[in-house]
Amino acid sequence: MISFQLTEEQEVVREAMHDFAEQVVRPVARDADEESKLPEELLAQMHELGLIATQLPEAHGGGGEERSPVTLALVLEELAWGDAAVATAALAPAAFAFAVADAGTEEQKRELLPLFCGESFHAAALALVEPGPLFDPSALSTHAEAKGDTFVLSGAKSLVPLGDRASHFLVIAATGESRDAFVVPRDASGLTISEPEKNLGLKAVPTTTLELEAVEVPAEARLGGAGGSDVQRLVNAARVALATTMTGVSRAALDFCVPYAKDRRAFDQAIAQKQGVAFPMAEMHIETESQRWLAWKAASELERGIDCTRSAHLARGYAAEKSMWIADQGVQTLGGHGFIREHPVEMWYRNARTLSVLEGTLAL
Amino acid sequence: MIDFTLSDHDQSILDRVREQALIARKYARHYDENEHEFPPDELPEAKDHPSVMKDLMQRGEGDCGIATLGMLISMGETWGDYSVRIRIPTGAGLGNAALSAAGTPEQKKRWAGLTLAMAITEPGCGSDPSQVQTTAVLDEATDEWVINGEKIFVTTGCRAQGVVLWATLDKSAGRAGIKSFLVEKETPGFVVAHKEKKLGIRSDDTAALVFTDCRVPRTNLLGGKEEIPKAGSGGFKGVMKTFNMTRPGVAAFGLGMAEAALDFTRGQLEEAGLDLGYGSGTASQSAVVDRFHRLEANFEAARLTILRAAWLSDQGQPNNMEASVCKAKGGSAVREITQGCIEILGPLGISREHLLEKWFRDVRITDIYEGTGEIQRMIIARTLFDYTRADLS
Repeated sequence: MISFQLTEEQEVVREAMHDFAEQVVRPVARDADEESKLPEELLAQMHELGLIATQLPEAHGGGGEERSPVTLALVLEELAWGDAAVATAALAPAAFAFAVADAGTEEQKRELLPLFCGESFHAAALALVEPGPLFDPSALSTHAEAKGDTFVLSGAKSLVPLGDRASHFLVIAATGESRDAFVVPRDASGLTISEPEKNLGLKAVPTTTLELEAVEVPAEARLGGAGGSDVQRLVNAARVALATTMTGVSRAALDFCVPYAKDRRAFDQAIAQKQGVAFPMAEMHIETESQRWLAWKAASELERGIDCTRSAHLARGYAAEKSMWIADQGVQTLGGHGFIREHPVEMWYRNARTLSVLEGTLAL
Repeated sequence: MIDFTLSDHDQSILDRVREQALIARKYARHYDENEHEFPPDELPEAKDHPSVMKDLMQRGEGDCGIATLGMLISMGETWGDYSVRIRIPTGAGLGNAALSAAGTPEQKKRWAGLTLAMAITEPGCGSDPSQVQTTAVLDEATDEWVINGEKIFVTTGCRAQGVVLWATLDKSAGRAGIKSFLVEKETPGFVVAHKEKKLGIRSDDTAALVFTDCRVPRTNLLGGKEEIPKAGSGGFKGVMKTFNMTRPGVAAFGLGMAEAALDFTRGQLEEAGLDLGYGSGTASQSAVVDRFHRLEANFEAARLTILRAAWLSDQGQPNNMEASVCKAKGGSAVREITQGCIEILGPLGISREHLLEKWFRDVRITDIYEGTGEIQRMIIARTLFDYTRADLS
């Protein structure tokens, strides 16, 4: 049955997350960007909200709630509305933890999941993106060779979030014809972690490059053990997460521009009263909605265990194109003020472009 | 709970709709090239393909709401062809939507079963229907309305058994003076002047109507309220409410054809050996695959905005804004999609041996009728800014 009905619980969560984003996240976003520094206190606060831990099995210290990619999509849109960098950093470990919860062996779950259920925020990350211009998650250059009881990983990963502090990385690598995910601890021999990269946007998120020079991990480090795991599902979950993050950025830009355009006057009228301003803003609304429904559809398929490769790819690509356009219009609506760092729209403009090239940073 | 899947019951209805649409498609080119002909009420194949209407009305748990399913059915039908149907249903005109939205119970009963066209546009007024020049004057002696004026671009105007038209009781009252009247065919003074020749949806019946001292019973005023409400009291908004379902409906018509264009293009690309897989990255895809994926995403986005507007209607929630969103989105998307498909396929796209060039022409009306894209954006912007018509026009 086609339905856009949120459950009562989802309504409550969405509202609570919106309040949090407005009152707690938004006020620290600009400084975090200027200083390229994560607001550590806020991360601790977000950990207390239990965004990740509540969704992990009770047996491993979690809250045992049934995980809903749709609910997470709602959460992520609100947090990203507050600030996409903070949202990305806070939920980056989820990509790792949820993958282990979904596809890990009992031993992997026992060893890794309790890390995310402790007193404080714990960093771990998915390492999917590779440096170089033709990145393709279905044709990776990073590869793993089986060698006796071990796998040997070689290659490079970039834009790995929280690389400055992550205890473990889930490295996606080609294994012959197939792909697999490998749990690689930070101190693995042969792994070099770069200094945080300097990026255009999401500046507060410390992303790093990982150089893997014949990194040897035991066979048990392969996610899912001997059977491996469904890497495409992981890629899909990451794409949906990105689409919903970008929806949050789009909505932030629109919500900011509406009162501005009503307030700002030119030629004896609010600029909102001019079709040249009003029509693009109507378009911003249309495309924010469109992005959201595409993301919801993919998230809902993910939730139902339906193959969402197509939906997730289309949702991510569409959101990348439209959120960039919307953020761009946001700058234009504010004119010269849009270019000044006193207002947030220039930051959203940078963030939108940055998000569109991030793949596999977050996952639902 | 958020859900985009279909129950087996709904899926089987939609499968049958598509099966019937494919039969109708066989006749599409003929009626495109023979514009003066009307497609028959029933195709010869109809006897082997019973109507889905009965199953449609059976709504069980897990089935879509009727408005939502209606949109999916519309898309399925126009996926076959805009005008040709295995059987043309009665009572599916835009005027029927107006009757059901604004008619009194007696009126709904009286005209049940008639196919009704909707006549708003005039030679001198389109997007701003408050400028309607057609007049209705009450003749108290006979208890009749006397209607005078011209209407153009009336969909199903030739074949409908009646028409709902907008006429003003008092031009000085502006929009508040506009009322809807139902005029049955064969009423003296009501003439169908001609069928228009068009870029697309050629076999579709688009008529010009003329009313000269046309008299209808006093009870033909839709809704029965003869008094002119005070300006700004929302009387006109009531009239405009009809659009909250017809706008998603016409967006759905366009989307069905855009989907046909995408399906045709996909088939040709796959035949040419292209892998349209979705697992790889945008950066490593060929330009044509990336282009096609973008068109597909545009289609899916537009489709979801339509379903959103219809779903709200099924919930009994206001959907004025969403009706405009899906109409605006659909109007843009169908143009971009059919133009893009032709660009991808080149010579195949423009050949009249295939239907793609026809879909390209047929969808163009989507962004014009039932309120142009500009009008929809105006409505959306007014809603965003909480503006009135006086603030933004």
